[in-house]
Amino acid sequence: MTILAADGVFKVFGRRPGEAVRQLRAGASRDDVLALGTPAVIDASFTVEAGETFVVMGLSGSGKSTLLRMLNGLWRPTAGTIRLGDADLGSISARDLRTLRQERVSMVFQHFALLPHRTVLENAAYALAVRGVDGAERRRRAGEALEMVGLGGWEDHLPAELSGGMRQRVGLARALAAGTDVLLMDEAFSALDPLIRREMQDQLVELQQSLGKTIVFITHDLNEAMRLGDRIAVMRDGRIVQIGTSEQILSEPANDYVAQFVADVDRTRVLTAGSVMVRPRAVVVVGAGPRGALREMRDAQTSAAYLVDRNRRLLGVLRDDDVLAGQRRGVETLAELTRDEVTAVGVDAPLAEIFAPSAETPLPVPVVDDDGRLVGVIPRVTLLEAMAPTESANGDGSGGTAAAASAPPGRTNGTLSAPATAVRA
Amino acid sequence: MSATEIGPRIPLGAWIESGVDWVTDAFGVLFDLVRTILVASFDAAETLLTSPPWWVVVAVLSALAFWAKGWRLGVGALLGFVVVLGVDQWDNAMASLALVLVASFIALAIGIPLGVWAARDDRVSATVRPVLDFMQTMPAFVYLIPVVVVFRAGVAPGLVATIIFALAPGVRFTELGIRQVDREVVEAGHAFGAPPGRILRQIQMPLAMPTIMAGVNQVIMLSLSMVVISGLAGTRGLGREVVSALSTIDIALGFEAGLAVVILAIYLDRITSALASRSPVARALQATAAR
Repeated sequence: MTILAADGVFKVFGRRPGEAVRQLRAGASRDDVLALGTPAVIDASFTVEAGETFVVMGLSGSGKSTLLRMLNGLWRPTAGTIRLGDADLGSISARDLRTLRQERVSMVFQHFALLPHRTVLENAAYALAVRGVDGAERRRRAGEALEMVGLGGWEDHLPAELSGGMRQRVGLARALAAGTDVLLMDEAFSALDPLIRREMQDQLVELQQSLGKTIVFITHDLNEAMRLGDRIAVMRDGRIVQIGTSEQILSEPANDYVAQFVADVDRTRVLTAGSVMVRPRAVVVVGAGPRGALREMRDAQTSAAYLVDRNRRLLGVLRDDDVLAGQRRGVETLAELTRDEVTAVGVDAPLAEIFAPSAETPLPVPVVDDDGRLVGVIPRVTLLEAMAPTESANGDGSGGTAAAASAPPGRTNGTLSAPATAVRA
Repeated sequence: MSATEIGPRIPLGAWIESGVDWVTDAFGVLFDLVRTILVASFDAAETLLTSPPWWVVVAVLSALAFWAKGWRLGVGALLGFVVVLGVDQWDNAMASLALVLVASFIALAIGIPLGVWAARDDRVSATVRPVLDFMQTMPAFVYLIPVVVVFRAGVAPGLVATIIFALAPGVRFTELGIRQVDREVVEAGHAFGAPPGRILRQIQMPLAMPTIMAGVNQVIMLSLSMVVISGLAGTRGLGREVVSALSTIDIALGFEAGLAVVILAIYLDRITSALASRSPVARALQATAAR
């Protein structure tokens, strides 16, 4: 069932938008009509089916945010029609539009857009308060939504007391509590740190599997688009240049622009260590002693662990046999037992630079930030998986939407099983 | 070289004068009504401040300072008011305080809604801005002349001139505060289907409150600065003392009345800026900054 349908939608800002649309329809380019106004969206047509995650991807200035804001009537189209269910968003009255927003479509914002003076619970309940749901019911439903995003127990805090990832969870809970079937997400995870961003993506995929919302997700990050999207629309300079599943976009790019974008995905120089790293399994703080180090390795079921100081700066790698031998000899300080066999890489290092360190050792390559702090690791298998999206996409053959929905090829990090409640230190 | 050598003199002043005369005749009843209301408000405020024993008023004002900011401001206020009492300017100071409070209240009652309107409509903003510039930069004495003609001597012309002079920051800071509110948060209100009135009440006004409170502070300070000038129109209070000290070259009286103005100014400034930092949003922002 089609939930959202856009047909020949234009949005032009400026003095003479109508004339600009007429000339654009007649074949004028974006630059030709700049004297009349700035075309943000040009002739966009697409449909979004119920339960689908539709990603609109483009660089900044490509018109994707404007397009999204027309889907809930924050902007009215200059020309063309947008239908949400039975409602025509071009001609709907202000009053009906408010009702529609309350009941059918909610939104998650890039910078969270929370009320700083209201508690987490009050923020999550905002949409319900607007709709006039009574106090007890409102608190119950907002509490459920917060529980769903892993923020149970934070109800009475102010947004300022939360980390960025947690604030966006509040934003997500606010949209979920509204109980609408359509969710618009405007660069919702772009302001978050890479690891938090991936946790949020995973959580969204999980929530989506249980809730089956219709999601329109805006992003400039192709990896994010591939991870989340059942279908992806690529935008450039206001126009949609291709719509398709991630396989179709990867294997049959519509034009050179898309091809270049996709080529970049395959290139090891574009993906960075920070975008593929996972949480290290075993990390030992230097004061723990050999006994603590062994316990940590046993709990993580690994034979090696990363040794860090109190500030999480990486000191080296510990092997279980070295630590055991050291313990027999009566060595107390772990720093003496480390090996230098792994080379750490920076968060911004392209994958091309990680092959050499990865080849030297079977251990995952540690990733450090500018201050030398351990922020993640890259196991060899993750590195190989990150290299291979094109092959696996081709292997799927048909490129059907259903296959993409169950396992988007860009989702290489199924091993990342961080708890939803994990909080940035 | 006089202007008449290059052309006829423009009788702008005469036009304004005849305009004022006409307005006085045509709207005499209206002005009498306004005058009555203003005088009654001032009398009520002055009665409130002067009918209880002085120590009750000093205690209440100091307690307000203590509640708003802390014990330092409380003690400071207490000492300041004792000095005012000591130089025998208490009644004049309370008359001036009543004038400031009534004028500021009316200026804000006009200014804040006007600022809200200007923030929501660019045309209103473009119309209001030059008018405010005019009102604020015109030498304040000039208002007194037509105002005295229209409202006659006494409290009313002082109040009207003060309100006109102090109106601008109330409008400007309100408009600025509302325009500065994070666009995304306002958008969120719209996106969840909140009507405009609710967005104004629950999002724009609270988030703009720290800026609006800075405007309130400015309105009050400008009102106080008009106290001396309104003394020229015969308004009771510290202003009239200063004016009479000036005309009799009475250095002692001039200094004592002037000092009382300074003490009132510091008191009002500290109280309003303390209140500004007590709004929920200001607190939440302080919590963020402290992290």
